[in-house]
Amino acid sequence: MKTKDNSNPNENSLQAAEYVEKPESQLKVMWETLRQNKAAVVGLIIIAFLVLIALTVWVSELMGKQILPYDPNYSDMSNAFTPPNSTHWFGTDQLGRDMFSRILDGTKISLFVGVAAVAISLTIGVILGAIAGYRGGKTDTIIMRVMDMMLAIPSILLAIAFMAALGKGLDKAIIAIGLVSIPEYARIVRGSILSVKENDFVQAAKVIGNKSSRIIYKHILPNVISVIVVRATLGISSAVLDTAALGFLGLGVQPPFAEWGDMLGRARGFIFTAPYTLIFPGIAITITVLAFNLLGDGLRDAIDPKSRIK
Amino acid sequence: MNEVLMDIQNLSKHFIIDTNFFGKPLTALKAVDGVSFTINKTEAFGLVGESGCGKTTLGKILVNLYRPTNGKILFEGKDLTVLNEEKRRSYCKDIQMIFQDPYASLNPRMTIGDIIAEPIVINNLLPKNKVEERVIYLLNCVGLARHQRNRYPHEFSGGQRQRVGIARALAVEPKLIVCDEPVSALDVSIQAQVLNLLSDLKEEFGLTYLFIAHGLNVVKHISDRVGVMYLGKLVEIAPKKELYANPMHPYTQALLSAIPVINPEHKKERIILQGDVPSPINPPAGCRFCSRCFKELDECKLNEPVFKEISPGHFVACHLYK
Repeated sequence: MKTKDNSNPNENSLQAAEYVEKPESQLKVMWETLRQNKAAVVGLIIIAFLVLIALTVWVSELMGKQILPYDPNYSDMSNAFTPPNSTHWFGTDQLGRDMFSRILDGTKISLFVGVAAVAISLTIGVILGAIAGYRGGKTDTIIMRVMDMMLAIPSILLAIAFMAALGKGLDKAIIAIGLVSIPEYARIVRGSILSVKENDFVQAAKVIGNKSSRIIYKHILPNVISVIVVRATLGISSAVLDTAALGFLGLGVQPPFAEWGDMLGRARGFIFTAPYTLIFPGIAITITVLAFNLLGDGLRDAIDPKSRIK
Repeated sequence: MNEVLMDIQNLSKHFIIDTNFFGKPLTALKAVDGVSFTINKTEAFGLVGESGCGKTTLGKILVNLYRPTNGKILFEGKDLTVLNEEKRRSYCKDIQMIFQDPYASLNPRMTIGDIIAEPIVINNLLPKNKVEERVIYLLNCVGLARHQRNRYPHEFSGGQRQRVGIARALAVEPKLIVCDEPVSALDVSIQAQVLNLLSDLKEEFGLTYLFIAHGLNVVKHISDRVGVMYLGKLVEIAPKKELYANPMHPYTQALLSAIPVINPEHKKERIILQGDVPSPINPPAGCRFCSRCFKELDECKLNEPVFKEISPGHFVACHLYK
């Protein structure tokens, strides 16, 4: 053992020198930290699996092939409300459509709706909140009062109003839902920025000659990102449910297309007689949201150098 | 030696703390109120005063963190206060700052290599491939190892972090560094190390310091000339030796008597000031120090003393000296 340690001292110092000269890539360190977090890995695997399902269904649809056990939009009224069995794994709904096929088919729409709506509200909300929080004064007052006005109206009513202006359709629904949740992001970001911008390092950044835009982007936002990531992962679930609400009012996803929130909404009346029509879309939403939350949690830790595992 | 680098004339900063409905200021906090002094090239100008006397505000005006309410800052003959934001920013590389709290002044999300490289990169001082070399050089200058550049601030101690802050200030080769109580957040044993480092760097790079501190003992170590502030105004400026040997303003005398002496035999007269510092929102009429002064004259409550030169280089604002 001893001889082994002392056998090649040069090699050790060489390794040490190499370690010194090779700065670790930031992304690599983040990925390593994320990989150590079991929950985040589970979240990542679930999301990857969901994306895979969505892509497979979408591609096969484009190619005109049927890979789902049943046509998700084919209704067989004689088989309506069949409880789960070996032919219909998740049972059939009120129109006799196979729930399993519909849930797989709905993955693509639900995932897209959640991510796209959050992307819209996140982008605009973060920009507005950052400007309001950093600039302060009149800019802050104007932006935040507009946000307050939007918050004062129930979000679903506001979304309906946007839909009335934009027209029907899934794309319009995504935009409406994205716009409606802007104030929530703007508020959170503004609050965090107000606390971070008082730090000396923000003043130091100004002293060395940074422009305001770079101070926000390079010094302040990285320090509030954990809050944003957590809020965004939660936002995906509410976006899916809001789409369902719009769909229920006939404004979002148009029948017969399968979307989890829509399926949940339409099955509401059968909660006691055929609970499986509600349970399976609910489970699908829950798993998706859980996966994004787990990943978000892990991401937050991976981004923060203080909580990185050495 | 006596070439003036920065000439500060009648500088004021009033923070508006209350306005009426139409936005007209009602009350203002006069953090800095008509301060004038010069800083010569390659000297260390010490600025002392107790908490809240406006010394940090003054330092922050000089590095463009605050806009002055009044007055001029002539830097190498050019008035910085009349420049617009963009032109003012171009002077950032000439005037740098070392912050008081090394735990708050480094971005926790950046490696110290990036922190030190940033001023070089945003001011386009060096081609990209030369930046790393310069960072390593700066790290060596402040006594840190090159491999530490890939670490984050939380992995360092207070003294090491302050060294990073010093390296960041040095990165742009500034002409003036405002040191805002750079050692007051550090352990006493580390204070001496950082002060020695600052002295060495001053010699090596021919730097000029505005050294802000709240005690005369720290300033004594490093300064060539010392200014004493009280409630937003300068009360005395003198070369270091002159000030410590012959303090004229009663406030300076009180500050000096507060420095502990390491000699149990030595019986020193300790001047203990009565009362608290008055509010800078509503400072006393006449001399600002009169409410706590132990040599108060009748005149002090009526007229504000003029800041005048009593002996060569020794300025004082006090009615005791005519």
